[in-house]
Amino acid sequence: MPSLKDLRNRIASVKATQKITKAMQMVAAAKLRRAQEAAEAARPYSERMGAVLANITQAIGDGGDAPALMTGTGKDDVHLLVVCTAERGLCGGFNSQIARLARDHIRKLLADGKQVKIICVGKKGFDILRRDYASLVLDRVDLREVKTLGFVNADAIAKKVINLFNEGGFDICTLFYSQFKSVISQIPTAQQIIPAGVPSAAATETTNGGNAVYEYEPEPGEILSDLIPRNISVQVFRALLENAAGEMGAKMSAMDNATRNAGDMINKLSITYNRQRQAQITKELIEIISGAEAL
Amino acid sequence: MAEAFQFELVSPERLLVSEQVEAVVIPGAEGEMTVMAHHAPVMTTIKPGVVTVKTAVGKEERYVVFGGFADIVPAGCTLLAESAVAVGDIDRADLARRIQEAKEDAADAKDDQARSKAEQFLSQLTTLEGAILPA
Repeated sequence: MPSLKDLRNRIASVKATQKITKAMQMVAAAKLRRAQEAAEAARPYSERMGAVLANITQAIGDGGDAPALMTGTGKDDVHLLVVCTAERGLCGGFNSQIARLARDHIRKLLADGKQVKIICVGKKGFDILRRDYASLVLDRVDLREVKTLGFVNADAIAKKVINLFNEGGFDICTLFYSQFKSVISQIPTAQQIIPAGVPSAAATETTNGGNAVYEYEPEPGEILSDLIPRNISVQVFRALLENAAGEMGAKMSAMDNATRNAGDMINKLSITYNRQRQAQITKELIEIISGAEAL
Repeated sequence: MAEAFQFELVSPERLLVSEQVEAVVIPGAEGEMTVMAHHAPVMTTIKPGVVTVKTAVGKEERYVVFGGFADIVPAGCTLLAESAVAVGDIDRADLARRIQEAKEDAADAKDDQARSKAEQFLSQLTTLEGAILPA
């Protein structure tokens, strides 16, 4: 049985922990708002990019001059997985969910006899994946120093991927990240970015105002070969932003839970503390009374 | 007064401009072009340069863009810039850094095609620097 002093110390320490988790929750809430705003601000660009891409693929048609980034190498022997996770922990199952999805994917690919390469974005995913697949990790991108996520960060990752593709490093590239649904729900997602699927033509109908004949400057093929790498950057950027928002959401709810648990623990400890104090008082009284009776 | 049309300038980070404008000057990859209402549908890549926007209320705004695309239809014009800032907000250090990077790219280029591309980009950047810095 812990003594009264021990109990008092424990209550004090749980209270201190509760203060910390509460503060972290509030910080996460503020950051979440910012991350959500950033994700929303980036949306118009990726939407328009999708529309333009659909339009131009339609213009090129099925002609064989589509760049390899779009059509792929025709093989699927070597897979590159870009696993985006958070830099910091303490956000519930956020990182492990993404890592688990990636790991399942890797296991399946390896079982099929494919070759797998991994690029980790974010420290946590790397920490988890290196346990089992350290030899497969090609590279890791550290975004720890980055205060506000910019397009340049995504662009750097995308360039790395594209360079690797041009050197024939892989055939298919899949991006792993967490889709931000709401504060309490983030869905780990795998998205294939190379070869890029051809977007549906339906999107074009609304944007070009009747099927007007476009003029292209320079040639459509040339625009496309410029556009696709950029589209990959945009996809990576979107994934990073969704991740950032998701991380903060997960952290917020994790810290909310932690704060509540700490509260419960304080209540329980206080009850034990009070009971023991009362028991001690009673014991002392009994001693006095029985001492008096003995006289 | 010319007829107004919808113009949007979007960078990956945010939507910079979305308003009714009279005319827009775009630094197209194959030469500058002025877009006005009812322009024939054109899609073009853009080079680093200055986009001049003449709004419907007669104000003139200038933005620096670093590459991207323009999607022009009779009803409006959408400019997808890789990076865009208002001329007043341009960060000289950032521009100098980009030029430095372009120089390195040109020096590192493996084949002639890549080198000429990098050098072209570099010259576009230096032209841009010359165009906006005295302003």
